[in-house]
Amino acid sequence: VGQYLLRQLLIVIPKVIGISIVLFTILALAPGDPFEELATNPAVPPEVRANLRAQFGLDDPVAVRYVRWSTAMVKGDWGFSFASRVNVDDLILQRLPTTLLVIGSSIVIALVIALVVGIYAATRPYSLFDQIAGTLALIGFSLPTFFTGILFILLFSITLDWLPFVYRADISTTGWRWFWEHFKQMIMPVSVLALFQAAQWTRYVRSAMLDVIRLDYVTTARSKGLAERIVIMKHVVRNALIPVVTIVALQMPTIFGGAIVTEQIFRVPGIGSLLIAAILANDTPVIMAVTFVLSCLVILFNLLADIAYVWLDPRIAYR
Amino acid sequence: MDELELKKLIAAVKHGTLPRRRFVRMVAAFGLTAPMATQLLTWSGVAHAQVKSAYKPTKRGGGGALKLLWWQGATLLNPHFAVGTKDQEGSRIFYEPLAGYDDDGNFVPILAAELPSVQNGGLTADGKSVIWKLKKGVQWHDGKPFTADDVVFNWEYSADPATAAVTIGTYKDLKVEKIDSHTVRVLFDKPTPFWAEAFCGTRGMIIPKHLFEPFKGAKSRDAPTNLKPVGTGAYRFADFKPGDMVRGTANMNYHEPNRPFFDSVEMKGGGDAVSAARAVIQTAEFDYAWNMQVEDEILLRLEQGGKGRAEIVAGGNIEHIQLNATDPWTEVDGERSSLKTKHALFTDPAVRQAMSLLIDRKSVQDHIYGRTGVATANFLNNPEKFRSKATKFEFNVEKANAVLDAAGWKRGADGIRAKDGKKLKVVFQTSINAPRQKTQQIIKQACQKAGIDMELKAVVASVFFSSDVANPDTYTKFYCDMQMYTTTMTQPDPQVFMNQFTSDEVATKANKWQGRNISRWRSDEYDKAFQAAHSDLDPVRRAALFIRMNELAVGSNHIIPVVFRPRVSAQAKQLRAVLSGWDNDLWLLRDWYKEV
Repeated sequence: VGQYLLRQLLIVIPKVIGISIVLFTILALAPGDPFEELATNPAVPPEVRANLRAQFGLDDPVAVRYVRWSTAMVKGDWGFSFASRVNVDDLILQRLPTTLLVIGSSIVIALVIALVVGIYAATRPYSLFDQIAGTLALIGFSLPTFFTGILFILLFSITLDWLPFVYRADISTTGWRWFWEHFKQMIMPVSVLALFQAAQWTRYVRSAMLDVIRLDYVTTARSKGLAERIVIMKHVVRNALIPVVTIVALQMPTIFGGAIVTEQIFRVPGIGSLLIAAILANDTPVIMAVTFVLSCLVILFNLLADIAYVWLDPRIAYR
Repeated sequence: MDELELKKLIAAVKHGTLPRRRFVRMVAAFGLTAPMATQLLTWSGVAHAQVKSAYKPTKRGGGGALKLLWWQGATLLNPHFAVGTKDQEGSRIFYEPLAGYDDDGNFVPILAAELPSVQNGGLTADGKSVIWKLKKGVQWHDGKPFTADDVVFNWEYSADPATAAVTIGTYKDLKVEKIDSHTVRVLFDKPTPFWAEAFCGTRGMIIPKHLFEPFKGAKSRDAPTNLKPVGTGAYRFADFKPGDMVRGTANMNYHEPNRPFFDSVEMKGGGDAVSAARAVIQTAEFDYAWNMQVEDEILLRLEQGGKGRAEIVAGGNIEHIQLNATDPWTEVDGERSSLKTKHALFTDPAVRQAMSLLIDRKSVQDHIYGRTGVATANFLNNPEKFRSKATKFEFNVEKANAVLDAAGWKRGADGIRAKDGKKLKVVFQTSINAPRQKTQQIIKQACQKAGIDMELKAVVASVFFSSDVANPDTYTKFYCDMQMYTTTMTQPDPQVFMNQFTSDEVATKANKWQGRNISRWRSDEYDKAFQAAHSDLDPVRRAALFIRMNELAVGSNHIIPVVFRPRVSAQAKQLRAVLSGWDNDLWLLRDWYKEV
């Protein structure tokens, strides 16, 4: 097992370096300039822009900039945003709690719904419950979040006037009121994301369960006289979870990337909206840091998924 | 309008026979901004207008929270680094200039005790210095007194090239000296008729010397106060998350009585303009939203709910069409639209005149922009009653046809006009933006009726407005026959604005297409007038020169104004906000209150 993990870990290093080179080159070659707004403003002399470019090291060749960026990154210096001149790690840390809260809770809810509905539907295939769940899941993942988001706003904010649609990370009240306001503003973005995710995962869970439930060893377990509950939970679910773990693990990095579209609609100040704003402003250090963190997370969760396989099915490591 | 007429009008204002406001409007019809008109009056010895405040509350605080929604969040809070208006507005919550401009272009003293004028000796006849008297008893939010040293420091800070302040253009060509603890003198190298730019309005916010002094020059990025402003404004800094939220609390020691009304202010950023309009006008979740780039049709529908309204103020933004003076289809020395070429069709004045006649500005206003775009023939708002005097606009397909017939452009078998083997075929580009594509359609239809074949092209805004040298579709390259976009007048003084039609500002490969003359129209007379205005001591003569320049540019029909775009904001029903088209939205935040 140790060797298996070590091998996986060693592969990560060249992956990370490769990703960072590709990202950096693409960003450097992409059109645009963080100080574009200055260029179109007649009141700002062009020297200011030239001065800023020189000060922020934008005039050097791509290779020089990459080496400077990567050595600083290794030392833990993430650079600073060209737009706000704030250190990038501070910017990301500022956005992290909101992202974790909103996207994290939506993933937890989605997972709970998917597991409960998926398992229950699979134990009663083609029952009325299964049919309804299947139809809802189909609708759920066919509707993009930007559509359901706007639909929710129209219904709950504008027509019914129940929920606010602008998310405010700092609410100045305290105590229960603070909790209540946070809860109210989270309902819409969280449910939009959760329903979309749950719809997808429900189908995975159900089909994975059905694959396993027909296998001989399940019949054996039943004929041994085990209770149906134990057969399902211990024998079926554990094996059915392997493909589900892969899917879920690969989607975990989006917790950090945030759901860009949903964040934009509800003005959730998460990492996704930070990324969008940075891309629009050509704010290279921020784009670089966020995308780099995201790609590292993809690698990390792949690794975790590999480890989870070993735990769920010890045979995998030796193959 | 010439110098003599202008002088007569000023005299009439002086004697009280012509109302001030009417004068401002009349001059505006000839392309001068309202602040510029006001300056003319002060130079001529007309006293400053006493701007009355409509502020009603009789005590500080108690107004609850003021919630502002900016669909682009402020990213930094140092006014000297404010790249866009969003950053200026964020800074304006905490920082104040010596004076601001109100909606009529009048100056309103804020940190100044009184406005410089000829009467009080603040303005000198040679136009080379201004004396500002500062308000006494003003405190920074940390309790330190505000003095002349702070004002002098702001000049040093901004004018230092190592600081890389975006306000450097305003401060680099002047000197500031301290007379006493509350008086400063601003000295100009050359006579400067427009004296109220430094320390005034959007580029005049003053930062404290005691907190920024160690961070002047190359260390400017490291100042902790860049992110935690300490100003003199009606609200103190509470919290800032770049791109998301700026929060402030009432400054109970503010230097004006009974202000501010609100206990706290928060400026939320992000999202888009339409949903921002909804959050204010339809659901009243927020009290104020900035820059409503929303079609009037939608605004009108939202307003029916009665929870809020769209508020419209005049400014200096003009949606206009440029007819390329050079040939965009021939490459000379590695660039198209080179100055060495001439446009095959637009060199004929008849074609340009016909094009101007084929632009149905009224339909564009009525069917597309509504209240958010007013048809104009000029580079500034054109009040109804002075229209006859100003450059006229008309939409007349028959007349356009007649003009083209007379000039020898004959219709071919396909209905397209041609002359000397050259077909009247043009490509018309603009950025992708629903109202612009609709405007393009209206113009194309009219052109078809006049036998002009028009191909429409739409470029993504982020490419069109970029300064990317490698991209052929940017507006500065103008590799196209015609193009349309909005030009913004960021400064009240037209000197910088008007350089966009001078010969030495032409965007070319040599200046990496950074020159400001994008239409590539050139005129000796214009250049001469511009040079003359640059060094003219007499403000009235200078103003007359600007009016002439405006006439030349528009009269050539290379520049065709379409609609004037006022600034639109969304406001909650009870909110009373003091807005100005010549300054930031939050320029007088201290006077904002809610009707009970």
